[in-house]
Amino acid sequence: MKSLSADRLQDLAAALSAAGYRVVAPVEADGVVRFAPWSPGAAIRTDAVPVNSLKDVFFPPSEAIGRWRRSGDGFDAIETRPEAPKTAALAARPCDVAALAMLDAVFNWDFRDSFYDARRAATVVAALACSEADEECFCTSVGGRPDAAPGADALLRPADGGRTLIVEPLTDQGRDLAAAASGVLQDGAAAPDAPPEVRRRFDIGRVGAWLAGNFDSPLWKELSLPCLGCAACAYACPACHCFDIQDESGPNGVVRLRNWDACGLGLFTLHASGHNPRPDQASRWRQRVMHKLAYAPERFKVAACTGCGRCGRVCPRGMSLADTAERIAAAAAPAAGPAAGVPA
Amino acid sequence: MNGNIYQPVEMRIERAKDEAPEVRTLRLAFAHAPDREAFFRRYRVGMFGLYGVPGEGESTFCVASPPGRDYIECTFRRAGRVTAALLDREVGHPVTFRGPYGNHFPIESWRGKDLLFVAGGIGLPPLRSVIWNILDRRAEFGRVAVVYGARTVADLVYKDELAGWAGRSDVELVTTVDPGGETPDWKGRVGFVPTVLKEMPAAAPGAAALVCGPPIMIRLSLPVLSGLGFRPTAIYSTLENRMKCGVGKCGRCNVGGVYVCKDGPVFTLEEIQRLPQADL
Ligand code: FES
Repeated sequence: MKSLSADRLQDLAAALSAAGYRVVAPVEADGVVRFAPWSPGAAIRTDAVPVNSLKDVFFPPSEAIGRWRRSGDGFDAIETRPEAPKTAALAARPCDVAALAMLDAVFNWDFRDSFYDARRAATVVAALACSEADEECFCTSVGGRPDAAPGADALLRPADGGRTLIVEPLTDQGRDLAAAASGVLQDGAAAPDAPPEVRRRFDIGRVGAWLAGNFDSPLWKELSLPCLGCAACAYACPACHCFDIQDESGPNGVVRLRNWDACGLGLFTLHASGHNPRPDQASRWRQRVMHKLAYAPERFKVAACTGCGRCGRVCPRGMSLADTAERIAAAAAPAAGPAAGVPA
Repeated sequence: MNGNIYQPVEMRIERAKDEAPEVRTLRLAFAHAPDREAFFRRYRVGMFGLYGVPGEGESTFCVASPPGRDYIECTFRRAGRVTAALLDREVGHPVTFRGPYGNHFPIESWRGKDLLFVAGGIGLPPLRSVIWNILDRRAEFGRVAVVYGARTVADLVYKDELAGWAGRSDVELVTTVDPGGETPDWKGRVGFVPTVLKEMPAAAPGAAALVCGPPIMIRLSLPVLSGLGFRPTAIYSTLENRMKCGVGKCGRCNVGGVYVCKDGPVFTLEEIQRLPQADL
């Protein structure tokens, strides 16, 4: 069994960096823990869920997908390729890793997105099993587990009461990573810690059944009332993948960018004619929930929500997908008595 | 498949024709032969493309011309920044194109069958590619009837082609303008499309109806079509959701379980009725 002392994660990062990997990990800057490029000396924080998700590594907030140089009345296209350095993503949470199934599906059904795929191929993901679940976590309600990351290349499993991390390679890329870090790994037994209990729970089957028949329910309006339409939840979400395409022009050239977008923003479906099929926040919140829990499972056989709880942590109005799902589950079964914590 | 799916190809404007106020048809030639060949290998009528000007962006329209040409045509109205930029371009200027994308009309299944086209205003372009595709292969299909209306005579698009179709014995063309939209020398009908549609003969077995136009025209034409005997599975239309990527990634065109850019833009009325109507 290979393991390392939990306080030596920085040494692991340094070893991988020396082996030619760009390392991304939860690092703290200005009091905020973010998934970001690690640089020597930076502490890797395993005690906090980063505010952003692993998604950012594969699908950055903004990226160039086209470039042109002006020439007379025309323009010459400049080949635009993804930036995809060899990368090790360290200490990603199982919920973030689970969301890669959704991203892999959407970026590869029929048309293959070379930008996403290049980074996916160049990145080895070493997940960190969770030692704690906070009141926003609900991975077990949407098919996940705090202590397993089947989509990862390796799993770091807390052991010996958090003092040790067992390194479990899951793929060839994960074995390569372990080999590259062999200098900081030790042999010997360690006792894996018990996974945390994820207390927040709802019945996803019940939610799905309600969604199938309640598109026109007045509950949508009620659920969406606090929503400001700020899209913070979508940007923090590991599975949200909507984007906009915008051109930026300078005197000599043009760059075409794809930028994160969100179905919760009012302009998302606004037509040039002025017509907007989703004219209010109720219809936008409904789209967000339906897409995650009804349309994506139907189309891609995977929910576009993995229970990471970030939406609940970032929402300035205290909304979350878990809260919506709990209230839907309660509405779906009024006869079953009030579920814990659900207002009638 | 390592290519950049967002990279458009270069086209050159070969011809520009003003159809109606602020409505223009551009005939575009592929700057590079392999792009043309790749396009026509995949293109079937009903598919759409993204037409663009670098620096301004891309806009989605149907391909309004049929297969079997060495160019493509699109017809669009000025609506925003990209269409304004496209209108500014002159013959000889380059523009960009991505496509063809989306599904297509099942025209092979219509061989030997009668076809009724119903269009209003700028709704004719998506059907024009189908009409020409059918006329190119005229002997393979049954009766072809076209009911086309616009608010005013000036708003009718493809006026030369309408005159050509009117002169053919193998096409039944009815053109109409809304009451008050006629000119002194207007020879067509005066009346709304759904009203004029009522006078068309009943659907023959296997006949299909294709409807494109303003939502109100479509809504009022559907009961007329069902009165003529067209079932929801035999009525086709195209959805015009807002699109960005065209390739099923950006999420913008998603409505119900459907991505219009991948599953559409062509749907039967039966399929459209299954979608959440409030989101359309
Ligand atoms: S237009 Fe982007 S998903 Fe359809």
